[in-house]
Amino acid sequence: MSRKPYVREVPKTTWYFRQGRYMRYMGREVTCIFVGAYALFLLVAIKRLSEGRAAYEAFLEGLSSPAGILFQVVTLIFVLYHATSWFNLTPKAMPVQRGEQFLPGGVIVGAHYAGWVVVSLVVLFLAGVF
Amino acid sequence: MAKSNKPIVWGLFAAGGTLTAFFLPALIVLTLLAALGYVPDLLAYENMRAFAEHWFGKLVLFVIVSLSLWHAAHRLRITLHDFGFRSDTLIASAVYLVAALGTIAAIVYLLRI
Amino acid sequence: MSERQIQLEVLRYNPETDSEPRFQTYSVPCEAEWVVLDALNYVKDHLDTTLSYRWSCHMAVCGSCGMMINGEPTLSCKAFLRDYPDTIRVEPLVHFPIERDLVTVIDDFMEKLNRVKPYLIPKEARTIAEGEYRQSPAELKRFKQYTLCINCMLCYSACPEYGLIPDFIGPAAIALAHRYNSDSRDGGREQRQQVIATKEGVWECSFVGACSEVCPKHVDPAAALQQVKIASTVDWYKEHLMPWGKS
Ligand code: FES
Repeated sequence: MSRKPYVREVPKTTWYFRQGRYMRYMGREVTCIFVGAYALFLLVAIKRLSEGRAAYEAFLEGLSSPAGILFQVVTLIFVLYHATSWFNLTPKAMPVQRGEQFLPGGVIVGAHYAGWVVVSLVVLFLAGVF
Repeated sequence: MAKSNKPIVWGLFAAGGTLTAFFLPALIVLTLLAALGYVPDLLAYENMRAFAEHWFGKLVLFVIVSLSLWHAAHRLRITLHDFGFRSDTLIASAVYLVAALGTIAAIVYLLRI
Repeated sequence: MSERQIQLEVLRYNPETDSEPRFQTYSVPCEAEWVVLDALNYVKDHLDTTLSYRWSCHMAVCGSCGMMINGEPTLSCKAFLRDYPDTIRVEPLVHFPIERDLVTVIDDFMEKLNRVKPYLIPKEARTIAEGEYRQSPAELKRFKQYTLCINCMLCYSACPEYGLIPDFIGPAAIALAHRYNSDSRDGGREQRQQVIATKEGVWECSFVGACSEVCPKHVDPAAALQQVKIASTVDWYKEHLMPWGKS
């Protein structure tokens, strides 16, 4: 009896439509576009800062254009998704073992969220928001 | 098969991922506030300038910009592969080149302040 | 009556006559407490003796009955009908070639499993007279969950990177390598790193996490792979930036 195994090809460009979890994964991965865009945005801000007051203030001015605001709002949404998905996965990458028990994953995630809140408040405070 | 050299970029990716998760949301809120007309004190020209003139301020800005870039570059490489772009060598060279140029540019601009 | 009529849409493939697989629907009278495997057994016993599929233990231990059930990699002996609608679609595990009907070709996984040396390589050889290799409960706990793998290959079916990159060594095999690497009695980590710290080893993983979601034994291979990445990264920096730190 001869063998003739049948191979089902994976659609190389559309495979992530097959399952909801693949879509969530791709959503997490595309956050990098916005992280990268914001990094370049900061780079431009530093460049303007190095060019003096007029350049820097023109840059600040430009932020309030509709496109500038839209860019930042969308970026904020994607970066928040990046942050939550990143923190939620920390117990897998860095489990903490105490004696014969592992610290529950929720504790590790919770600690990250708590740290995140503190860091954010400190940044906003130091920047003079309140 | 030899051990992979991916750890170089993966280390930067992981460090950048953690850093951006902790810091970028608050930073975006700052610039968004400025965009909406409530410019936070720090973002005013004199204060920002003073911040960036100090070596510690330079270091903070440098670390944030460069690690964010490396994080994004490495993840973009993987993501493009996931979307079906298979020329990994070309893509990897391109994204890491951008990250490297951005890192150098950050150093140059910061040293000019 | 606790009987329920289920429409079982089964992907059939006969290598001797078919050029490609096709669905065949069986109408199966099912008891309320049945699992999908029971329904398949009913088909085999009463409706169609030609249907081929693997199973053995019927209790989620042997790992042979994995299938796509409504698109999800699942052990058919653990898939209770009460959790499914009246029409259930059953296909062989994706990412593996189909040998016949629901039977897949698993040679690729077996070869990879072998490659990672999934057995204890003792740190120091001991004679029987010298006694057993001792281990504390805490040392056991460190890797216990990874010993629960039943090689059912659901994780390979769930992993899109394995589907896209067939050379990828994949979740279960790397998780098992990690299991032995984390064993206090083991000294074979460097040998296994030569296999798994490579491009087609752990570095093809992009942490989709699907493997852990479908794992019927909660082995959490995704966690193992991330830990291998971190450890391999630490190794790399030690080897290249601190040559004196080489062990
Ligand atoms: S029959 Fe053994 S695992 Fe399902």
